[in-house]
Amino acid sequence: MSASTAVKKSGPSAGATARRARKPRRAGWWLPYALLAPAVIFELVIHIVPMITGIWMSFLKLTKMYISNWGNAPFIGTKNYQVALDFNSAVGMGLLKSFGITVAFTILVVGLSWFLGMAAAVALQKVFPGRAVFRTLFLIPYALPMYAGVIAWKFILQKDNGALSHLLFDNLGLPGDKPFWLIGDNAFAAVVIVAIWRLWPFAFLMLMAGLQSVPTDIYEAASVDGAKPLRQWWAITLPLLRPVNMSLVLVMFLWTFNDFNTPFVLFGGSQPPAGDLISFHIYNASFLTWNFGSGAAMSVLLLLFLSVVSGIYVLLMNRRKDNA
Amino acid sequence: MLLRLVFRNSSHTDKEVTEVKIRTFAAAAAIAALAITATGCSGGSGNESSDSGGKTLTYWASNQGTSLDNDKEVLTPQLEKFEKETGIKVNLEVIGWNDLQTRIQTAVTSGQAPDVLNIGNTWAASLQSTGAFMPFDEAAFTAIGGKDKFVKTAMDTGGVAGEDPTSVPLYGLAYGLYYNKAMFKDAGVTPPTTWEEMVAAAKKLTSGDVHGFSLAAGSYTENSHFAFINAAQNGADFFDADGKPTFTSDGIVDGIARYLDLMQADKVVAPGDAQYDNATQAINDFATGKSAMVLSQNNANSSIASQGMASDAFGVVAFPAPAAGKDIATMVAGINMSIFKNTKNKDSALAFVKFMTSEDTQAALDKPFAALPVLAGVTPSFTDDAELAKTFSDIYSNKSKPLPLVAAEDQFESTVGKAMNQMFATIASGGTVSKADIKSALETAQQAVEAAG
Repeated sequence: MSASTAVKKSGPSAGATARRARKPRRAGWWLPYALLAPAVIFELVIHIVPMITGIWMSFLKLTKMYISNWGNAPFIGTKNYQVALDFNSAVGMGLLKSFGITVAFTILVVGLSWFLGMAAAVALQKVFPGRAVFRTLFLIPYALPMYAGVIAWKFILQKDNGALSHLLFDNLGLPGDKPFWLIGDNAFAAVVIVAIWRLWPFAFLMLMAGLQSVPTDIYEAASVDGAKPLRQWWAITLPLLRPVNMSLVLVMFLWTFNDFNTPFVLFGGSQPPAGDLISFHIYNASFLTWNFGSGAAMSVLLLLFLSVVSGIYVLLMNRRKDNA
Repeated sequence: MLLRLVFRNSSHTDKEVTEVKIRTFAAAAAIAALAITATGCSGGSGNESSDSGGKTLTYWASNQGTSLDNDKEVLTPQLEKFEKETGIKVNLEVIGWNDLQTRIQTAVTSGQAPDVLNIGNTWAASLQSTGAFMPFDEAAFTAIGGKDKFVKTAMDTGGVAGEDPTSVPLYGLAYGLYYNKAMFKDAGVTPPTTWEEMVAAAKKLTSGDVHGFSLAAGSYTENSHFAFINAAQNGADFFDADGKPTFTSDGIVDGIARYLDLMQADKVVAPGDAQYDNATQAINDFATGKSAMVLSQNNANSSIASQGMASDAFGVVAFPAPAAGKDIATMVAGINMSIFKNTKNKDSALAFVKFMTSEDTQAALDKPFAALPVLAGVTPSFTDDAELAKTFSDIYSNKSKPLPLVAAEDQFESTVGKAMNQMFATIASGGTVSKADIKSALETAQQAVEAAG
């Protein structure tokens, strides 16, 4: 999502540069603006306006008393934020715990997805018979409709008649009772596994595309110099994929941190504490108690956190690139 | 990737300046992009009702039959009859229970609402507080045939006491303890009349894969209902007279502990039940002989029959209280009907409510939906089994207590119910839940309700 927005955003800036250079107004100068207008209008209507509405809501006491007539909802300043950030209260504590779980979830999912994607992309870098088959196979999770995929996992992870329990305990004869995967503490492992399953093909796809642009003669030269595969990967593949990795990690981080669909489909209406991811937590905070002001405040906090992290990330990465 | 393309393509002219500019821009773009993902879901849009034809009503029905299609089949002939009588066409949509509350919230928020809809009667006070529903004043009651035509127990669930209610009863429901006659006979036990007898019977009936009880232990609505009923048996209330939550009283903690102990201490419930997030799954276990007893509302009959269990193979008694407790076996469950305040067809909507709550229509619907009558003086017709009908009528009229009629009732259901989901999950996966744990979970729930209020 961020990638496509970046393309849209580049438009006005390109226009600005052009304008600075111009002396007399050329014929057809309006064409770029006319072409951009639909995108800008839709951007405003679909993204910017709801975003501002959300921020505005976060300062209101928008409970069910006022939900049918927003205009009457009293302005309560930062009260919603105070409640959300008061870590001694049940609400604040819940948000903090959920945040911690989401951080751990994101690190695991992004890290392992990147690792799997990289391994698969490198493995399929050289031409060999059957390469296309593997490429297709690896992309299946990404091609499947998400709901269908996650619901299939939900069945696999059932305690008594799920495929995973059947494989581990009935087929492989593991001792002990079949555990719950979707409730209790195992729920964290379950949601991490499903999220990785969904995300790694994207990493694979991006890295595979990036590898196409790495010239093979560098590898040949390196192997003549006696570099082993691991060394080649470390000294050639990784630095040359840096531009790809930079955007890839950022995008995966944002998607994963905001992941709502995976826990929602996997756990249904009531999420176990161990799988209490932050988007889902905020949804519950809003919809179960009808307290949309509080939910909006939590969303804005999430937005601020992700903005800061992403901003620092992008600036840091660019600086390092300049120094290099 | 695309971010990089932007950098490269646009750095031809004025390299230094543009690079910096673009870099800031890329950061801004990334921020904007995630801002969208983070807050996009919280937006909503105000919109007027889409339906303005004077002679057409939109009606949202709740799922009462064995499936959404079944509901449609049952209701359509009635709606056609209504159209013939009054010339008013009714557009029907049947909505499943998982979606109904969210759909109502969305309708309240956006104003894009049906004219008439069904609600779970436990939500009546909460929905009333939104101000989005039409209060039934004197004139409105006259239009639908008078307040007195309803059973008082049912009518009391219409909204907060002392105010004009915003809903009227449509179907009556009550919890009963369903038991498998053959299994009871084989084990030599009789239907229980106290909690202690019930646990003793359940223990006798539990062996191997067969359990004495099945519970929808992962359903927060069912769990909150039984938190309420068990607490009521101990004489405890979840809200005081001022509508303030009092979740942590001893009666409530003990009541919940007693209910949890069916799985924890007595071990008469399969741990797998902790994953059952709707009542049908527990009922299916009962109907297929995996459990000897199940707690269910009287509309279970159709689900039981659809699993192939004969109607004479099971009996029903009131859910028993402990010997020393109060004889409360159910909350006053059921479905009410509400009219959206901003309807442009108020008269038609009232005519429709009158039609749906008329004796003829009620008689036609009570049987397929297995509902108790909400009209005074009407004999139950939901079953051919006179004894079953008598048992449920007795439970409904004499052993029931309405859920708290306060605006925060829905929050009680979600916070306490979900806390109990977690307690069952802990027990099922081998942990223990002490009374202190229950109390601290209830404290958290209470704080959440207070924060929202």
